[in-house]
Amino acid sequence: MSNAPVDNSRRRFLTIATSVVGGVGAVGAAVPFIASWNPSERAKSAGAPVEVDISKLESGQLIRVEWRGKPVWIVNRTPKMLEQMKQHEGNLRDPNSEEPQQLASAQNGYRSKRPEIFVAVGICTHLGCSPTFLNGSFGELVEGTDSGFFCPCHGSRFDMAGRVFQNVPAPLNLEIPPYTFIDDTTILVGEEEGVA
Amino acid sequence: MSGQVDKAANTGVVGKVVDWIDDRIPMTRVWNMHIAQYPAPKNFNFWYLFGSLAILVLVNQIVTGIWLTMSYVPSAEGAFASVEYIMRDVEYGWLLRYLHSTGASAFFVVVYLHMFRGMIYGSYQKPRELLWLFGMFIFLALMAEAFMGYLLPWGQMSFWGAQVIISLFGAIPVIGEDLTQWIRGDYVISGATLNRFFALHVIALPLVLVILVFLHIVALHEVGSNNPDGVEIKRKKGSVAEEDKPKFKFHEYYTSKKDIVDAIPFHPYYTVKDVLGVAGFLILFCAVVFFAPEMKGFFLEAPNFEAANPLKTPEHIFPVWYFTPFYAILRAIPDKLLGVAAMGASIVVLALLPWIDRGSVRSIRYRCGFHKVNIAQFVVTFLILGWAGATPQTTFSTILSQICTVTYFMFFVLLFVYSKNETTKPLPTRLTK
Repeated sequence: MSNAPVDNSRRRFLTIATSVVGGVGAVGAAVPFIASWNPSERAKSAGAPVEVDISKLESGQLIRVEWRGKPVWIVNRTPKMLEQMKQHEGNLRDPNSEEPQQLASAQNGYRSKRPEIFVAVGICTHLGCSPTFLNGSFGELVEGTDSGFFCPCHGSRFDMAGRVFQNVPAPLNLEIPPYTFIDDTTILVGEEEGVA
Repeated sequence: MSGQVDKAANTGVVGKVVDWIDDRIPMTRVWNMHIAQYPAPKNFNFWYLFGSLAILVLVNQIVTGIWLTMSYVPSAEGAFASVEYIMRDVEYGWLLRYLHSTGASAFFVVVYLHMFRGMIYGSYQKPRELLWLFGMFIFLALMAEAFMGYLLPWGQMSFWGAQVIISLFGAIPVIGEDLTQWIRGDYVISGATLNRFFALHVIALPLVLVILVFLHIVALHEVGSNNPDGVEIKRKKGSVAEEDKPKFKFHEYYTSKKDIVDAIPFHPYYTVKDVLGVAGFLILFCAVVFFAPEMKGFFLEAPNFEAANPLKTPEHIFPVWYFTPFYAILRAIPDKLLGVAAMGASIVVLALLPWIDRGSVRSIRYRCGFHKVNIAQFVVTFLILGWAGATPQTTFSTILSQICTVTYFMFFVLLFVYSKNETTKPLPTRLTK
């Protein structure tokens, strides 16, 4: 052992410097562990766009397709549904889809590119359950509107444009995914001009 | 050699082996300090059984859990079928699974009663604040463990229950959406979520639980147990007359710092008492395992007998019974963020109990009448919330949950107010029966 006097400030400097360098190292080492929890490349590629043939989709019918593992609904709305949608706008939280979650293409009265074809992610904006399509029996919940969507988990209600009614736990309208009409009878879900 | 070890007993072959070990690891010293010469208050009652029972259930969960992983397949494709395989084809697989699933519910029964004991006898009060906090961390880890375990059978309720609970994190402003995706490892609950929950459920959280339980016991033995009178058995050194000291040998670690009154050694007195508790517990536990393992849908829910379907939500979804009181608080508030915040606060506020209660008299026996009423209303509130969280949402159940959410938090507010200048009964100088 050396008999030199203890240099406390030098000792303190070395302690702090070692702690800082070690701390940076620990943070760096944590990166791979945290990042490995992100969606894997395989999960991301499963998020590729899905082509859907709607030539056999009859008026009033709903089909479910899987995109990024989520249920996506495609509904061929009847003229009656479109007509009734305008009548209950006063009972909706966000009838004109002004909340920033919306794509620009969904910000119209029908929330769709074509009035009759409705495309939406079938997941409730409250806590993620998939609402039930009540075709004809929705009038029990909202007078004067025969069809809509009802979430069984916490009772949220949506109209045929996926717009949320007032006084339910869901805060926002249903999400509209990016989609494109490749031709008259084919929809590409998951891709839209100007949207990734 | 440690002077505390009784050398006279260590003769013969066994004694020599013990000596050989004691020279290398403090086996006898730890046994004496924490079991044979550990001073425990002499007046423990029924409520003091649940700590040792919680350890029993933990051991049951670990052992049956290890055996279940031998036949379980942690993948979205194989999980549901492998649970059916365990139930039908593996020898005694049904028993191992029912012991594990019933054990999960039993764990919460025992832990809730253990926490209630702490509340009525003021066991969280100074100097046992850290002991209480370790307990609350055990409770949190236990909730995470139970939640992740419930996803593993990959039934409908597993899937949609997890979807709802993970979505709770989405209520956090700004980072919420990315956070839920990071937890799931996918855009929805998927095999990636199942696999990581499996890893956390069988390795990470059990390790955390065991470490926390160890720390809980270390902290307990440092401050000593509270008791139904809430009167300290460790007195200032030199303040107790020789004839008032118990006629037992306690470890020097305790007697050198304090004088001890009204204590008995943990072993054999409380080991025998706990064995009786274990026998009683096992009678009830086995009755459920063998005659009502699903407990009418409260322990194993009906929709979970159907494989997970990401495109269809079951008609009614509820968490398992032990989460329903907190779930009712979530549902009582018709705002996503505030609902999640209230649910979180309902657990945090329990952890803060040592600082909310400003009184110095611990036991309900000597506290004011209003305190007894307040604790009674808290129990009723908790039970009603538990019921409301397990029923389909109606206007009635929503209003009831809202009232009970208020009374739940009022327990703590009122306690904070009246405990400051509380009119208490005089404390006995020594423990009563």
